[in-house]
Amino acid sequence: MIRQHFRVVVVDLSTRKTRAENIPGRVQWLGGSGLAALLFEKYGDPGAPWTDPSQPLIFAIGPLTGYFPLMSKTVCSFLSPYHGQYTESHAGGRSALALRFADMDALVVVGKAERPSVLSVGSQHMEIIDAPFLWGKDVFTTGKMLRHMLPGSGTRSILRIGPAGETGCAYACINVDTYRHFGRMGSGAVMGAKNLKAIAILGDASFPLPEGKAYADAFKTIYEQLTETTMMSKYHDLGTAGNVAALNELKSLPWRNLQATTDPGIEGISGERFADDMLLRNAACAGCPVGCIHVGFLREKFMADHRFLYRQVAYDYEPIFSLGSMLGMTDGFAVLGLMDSVEREGLDCMSSGVALAWATEALQKGHITEAETLTPLTFGEADGYKAAIHHLGCGTNEFYRRLAQGTMKAASHYNGEDYACVLGQEMAGYATGESFFVSESLSFRHSHLDSSAYSADQKPQDKDADKTVAGFVKDEAGRCVLTSMVGCLFARGVYNAERLGLALTSLGYQDVAANLDAAGEAIQRLRWRLRMRSGYAPLQAKIPKRYTEVVTWKGPIDAEYMETLRQAYAKKLMELGQEV
Amino acid sequence: MKTLTAARMERCIGCQSCSLACARLVHGRLSWFTAGIRIGSSGGISTGFEARVCLACDPPPCAAACPTGSLSPRKSDGGVKQDKKLCIRCGKCVAACPVEAIVQDELQNPYVCIHCGRCVPYCPHDCLELAEKGKANVVQEVAE
Repeated sequence: MIRQHFRVVVVDLSTRKTRAENIPGRVQWLGGSGLAALLFEKYGDPGAPWTDPSQPLIFAIGPLTGYFPLMSKTVCSFLSPYHGQYTESHAGGRSALALRFADMDALVVVGKAERPSVLSVGSQHMEIIDAPFLWGKDVFTTGKMLRHMLPGSGTRSILRIGPAGETGCAYACINVDTYRHFGRMGSGAVMGAKNLKAIAILGDASFPLPEGKAYADAFKTIYEQLTETTMMSKYHDLGTAGNVAALNELKSLPWRNLQATTDPGIEGISGERFADDMLLRNAACAGCPVGCIHVGFLREKFMADHRFLYRQVAYDYEPIFSLGSMLGMTDGFAVLGLMDSVEREGLDCMSSGVALAWATEALQKGHITEAETLTPLTFGEADGYKAAIHHLGCGTNEFYRRLAQGTMKAASHYNGEDYACVLGQEMAGYATGESFFVSESLSFRHSHLDSSAYSADQKPQDKDADKTVAGFVKDEAGRCVLTSMVGCLFARGVYNAERLGLALTSLGYQDVAANLDAAGEAIQRLRWRLRMRSGYAPLQAKIPKRYTEVVTWKGPIDAEYMETLRQAYAKKLMELGQEV
Repeated sequence: MKTLTAARMERCIGCQSCSLACARLVHGRLSWFTAGIRIGSSGGISTGFEARVCLACDPPPCAAACPTGSLSPRKSDGGVKQDKKLCIRCGKCVAACPVEAIVQDELQNPYVCIHCGRCVPYCPHDCLELAEKGKANVVQEVAE
């Protein structure tokens, strides 16, 4: 629905009541990231712990959601179980369009259900279903049972957690419609703490479109850019997995807990190998004709006499890095098997892989023993990792419960901090150089998508810390605009300022279009204020020793420059997060 | 007459561009539901997708059930044409459709495929085809 205010639906799980609120602020806060921050300021308490039942779990979409292709993402914001501070996680699937057609600019969940429950909401519908029978069920079983319990097949989105969310793993994810995730920073544990096993969003409303030619023309222009140019072809073809071999070639792919940045074993896990041997089909988020989701197949013999089962596993660059090269795996099918195990538990794949890579090296070094890991962990051997992933999801013993709170927390207990590959959270798969290490360590989401640092590292750069920091800050403000619309960041080349303006204007949002730059900066600052209020101290953030030992295509890391850059960025963030 | 066929649904990625295009271009709505073609999984997203769309019955039972003539048979090859002005929103057509291809919105307006083919160019995997009845799915593209 095109409107100048935000229609926000607040569900209180404690009282089992819902209210819809109209909140002004479209021109300043846009939607998505901006709206989520505005709502956290209204409903959240940055001084209270994330486990406080009153803390909100927020899902927000933007003014362009559903109206234009690839405007198909939802921003989820919450106090993170990982660090107790304000954060965001983004996902697609059908979640964004389902919220649009449920006539909500945002869904805010507060309170805690008395017993394990499923929340089902739509434009004319709200129900909290008691579901203790789903507690303890893995993501796959939960999905199958929910399909029969809930209305609206084809026009709904189902968000669900696995055992990791229930046991409070700090990097438990929320699975979205089977193949997408609110992956990082532990949103799954927030649902778990609220006794909320799943949320179904029923997109059962429809809306009139603007009259006249402007909208149709804008749609046509943008659709053609997305489908008839080569701008999206890398996502359409090999997908993000296409970067695996390229990063290995650049000596920037982390192998075996970042003990190496390139390895001849790449042949078995390259995007080309996955596409040729394992790719079963593609899938798409609703409203996206690109279809970047790559689903691989896994055939497993489970019994004699040729008894097989098959699995379908979505793969991407990051899971291939984290559960592949980072664990020394060189067989793509075995990597798919680990991805499947991670999916089942409802864990974030990147954090899980990096955590287990650390545990493997810790075991090698004797900082921990098999009394802790309960299973042998050896780079390149999948069986041990499969068992460990299950332990991580269930929190089987004290060691796994520690590791599930974050690799650095476990590392500091077991004296293994130097080789913990943690950049704010478990690293993303880019051992590209100083810019990326500093950017991911300090940036808002600790995500490789917070800035283009990993891309900048791949080109020759001068070592000018102030200029680099200015680049991070400008980049972040621009991305705040796109993640407030809410566009897929893969489409950032298509949705430049001009086309965003065209799209917004065609829907009657002229005022919003005229204020994009200022809004981006205001959103950026509000997010940082919320992060600081909840305890972030960027000047104290450390980059582990392992990162000073990395060798990339440019040669060894310049530790001195990295430290200069870290300090400069941390100071800038303190400025951005200053109260006004 | 030409008929829309969901001829190659095994290629479908579930992007719902067809439903959105129908709603946008034919009905002037933003919707993935109030459209002549709708996409759902065959039983969970891991099982692939199927299209709910008019199969161009000849004669069409929805037109037979329509008490006002709002839906009437096309000149040939099955399917219906729709005169929205005549519709009293009784829902008889929805009940008469054997494949659940007709839906009603919250005001009980029915939505049915009129075989105009405007969704076809929006399918990125060429799942849909507008062709003379019985001629669809003859030409299979060969991948390079």
